[in-house]
Amino acid sequence: MKKAPGTALSRAKNDSYRKRLFKNIKSHPLLYVMILPVIAYFVVYHYYPMYGLVISLFNYVPTKGIWKSDFVGLKNFSDFLSDPYFFRTMRNTIVINLQMLLFGFPFPIIFAILLNELAAIRLRRFTQTVTYMPHFISSVVICGLMLNFSGTNGVITSIICNITGQEASNLFSHSDYFQPLYVLMCIWQEFGWDSIIYFAALSGLDPALYEAADIDGANRWKKIIHITIPGISPTIIILLILRIGNMMTLGWDKIILLYNPMIYEKADVISTYVYRIGLLNFQYSFATAVGFFNSVINFTLLMVANTISRKVNDTSLW
Amino acid sequence: MNKIVKVKSKSHGREKITGFQVINTTIMLFLIFVTVYPLYHVLVASFSDPILLMSHTGPLTKILGKATLAGYIKTLSNKSLLTGFRNTLFYIVVGTSLQMALTSFAAYTVSRKNFMLRNAIMKFMIFTMFFNGGLIPLFFAIRNTGIYNTIWVSSIPYAVSVYNVIIMKTFFESIPESLEEAAIIDGANDFKVFYKIILPLSKPVIAVMILYYGVGQWNSWFPAAMFTRDRVLYPLQLILREILIENSSQSADNLLEAIQDTYAKELVKYCTIVVSTVPILVVYPFLQKYFEKGVMIGAVKG
Repeated sequence: MKKAPGTALSRAKNDSYRKRLFKNIKSHPLLYVMILPVIAYFVVYHYYPMYGLVISLFNYVPTKGIWKSDFVGLKNFSDFLSDPYFFRTMRNTIVINLQMLLFGFPFPIIFAILLNELAAIRLRRFTQTVTYMPHFISSVVICGLMLNFSGTNGVITSIICNITGQEASNLFSHSDYFQPLYVLMCIWQEFGWDSIIYFAALSGLDPALYEAADIDGANRWKKIIHITIPGISPTIIILLILRIGNMMTLGWDKIILLYNPMIYEKADVISTYVYRIGLLNFQYSFATAVGFFNSVINFTLLMVANTISRKVNDTSLW
Repeated sequence: MNKIVKVKSKSHGREKITGFQVINTTIMLFLIFVTVYPLYHVLVASFSDPILLMSHTGPLTKILGKATLAGYIKTLSNKSLLTGFRNTLFYIVVGTSLQMALTSFAAYTVSRKNFMLRNAIMKFMIFTMFFNGGLIPLFFAIRNTGIYNTIWVSSIPYAVSVYNVIIMKTFFESIPESLEEAAIIDGANDFKVFYKIILPLSKPVIAVMILYYGVGQWNSWFPAAMFTRDRVLYPLQLILREILIENSSQSADNLLEAIQDTYAKELVKYCTIVVSTVPILVVYPFLQKYFEKGVMIGAVKG
């Protein structure tokens, strides 16, 4: 974190920093004792794996160790770019995430605003309790249910077949159904829970604003557009940035649970591909390169979103 | 549902019923229905006749045929499911304790104004929220630290959630400093301040954290699936995955049993979902306010 000591001045500064640190350790040794296991944890399970990314530059063989393996430079990265599955996994990752962003992100906001407008307080409470519930059901059970409902005799299948008049068959054997079903499932599970934070923001809005609007004769829509939405927009923006920052990594454990080789065409994303080639096929270096690709895009998206938001409306993560 | 609508119009009272309220109420009732129906379907199916269930198509409104507990008997006699339950309980106790200890240590130290490295440590932790080495390097970290294929894979590598540290730190910082000052004058050291003053005053946030981590452990299947090989170590969720998703067949001794198994399979799936989901859904309404509180405390920082 500190700049390299170049001049005499900065060296003096560094010295005094070290002195202050020693003094601090001496006067609060127990704080340092307490933080030590935490630092150790982060070093071993977060920063050491980051260092482990270097195996993407080698043809890593675990028995040889990293530095004795053959150095191949960026070959693994260029291999991925010319990989037959590169386009497929990239496209699916982006398309699924965009759908989640487009439909999954606004849904809890709209839900929170609508529920907040509901006159019946007890129904409001009841709706909240019920819609938070799926958040606590495990992903394995949710995905199991989804597969069951989309089977040949399933509920969702029968609804879809009634509408389209098709013959009933397992929806998860048609690649075209995967993405909409996946997105719907994720929204079903999380919209209630995700709305809590907006409720918190809504309850923090000043009632005087609404009273003033009433006096001015504003109707419900005017009040929502001019008071409610501007009032919760800082919350919306922060969550949007966080969402974009997690875009590439979110929810792929559920994809592993749901997908099958028949629908890889539409369901296989970068993370699931990394899992298959890395842990199932043991191509460690190549899988690490593919995963690194993912992390970098993810981090870049976060930085871009954060920068834009700071420029446009002064809200940012840091 | 009828009852709810009545409650609505009663508490509504003064304000006249507008078109908007009618539409809005309808939307909410629809969302409630969509949320509850799948759970209702599972519950009803789990008591149904297995053969009728096999041939049934589409939504269920009531128990098919004569109500039977056959599925539950078969489900509960499944040894690996019970092992999974036991393992998960163990992982919850051990994992959550470890996570609580490290998270509260981290939150406490970075909330101390006289801890010189607090900003640096905070940055050090937050960076990991947004960038990580990915699956394969984590796999090697786990292998090289000797916890691959042990009971520790779902707790040690996930010991601290930075998000939870932020929530806890925010709470600790809201405790008035004057309370600690008296203790410090009496000669209490930093650790004593932590467990004699800060922890007793932080019961709400501790409850929230235990719930977050506990539920996380209950639902966790991913680390165990990636980083263990021995089936005896599997948590409940991995066993559920075998039953619900991978359709693993039960061991049948003869043809007749095998045929019965095929029929019972659907039924057993539903019963398994009920058995594995009911514990958490039963306690959930009582804990809801704590969960909400957690989100709120986090939102302050947000």
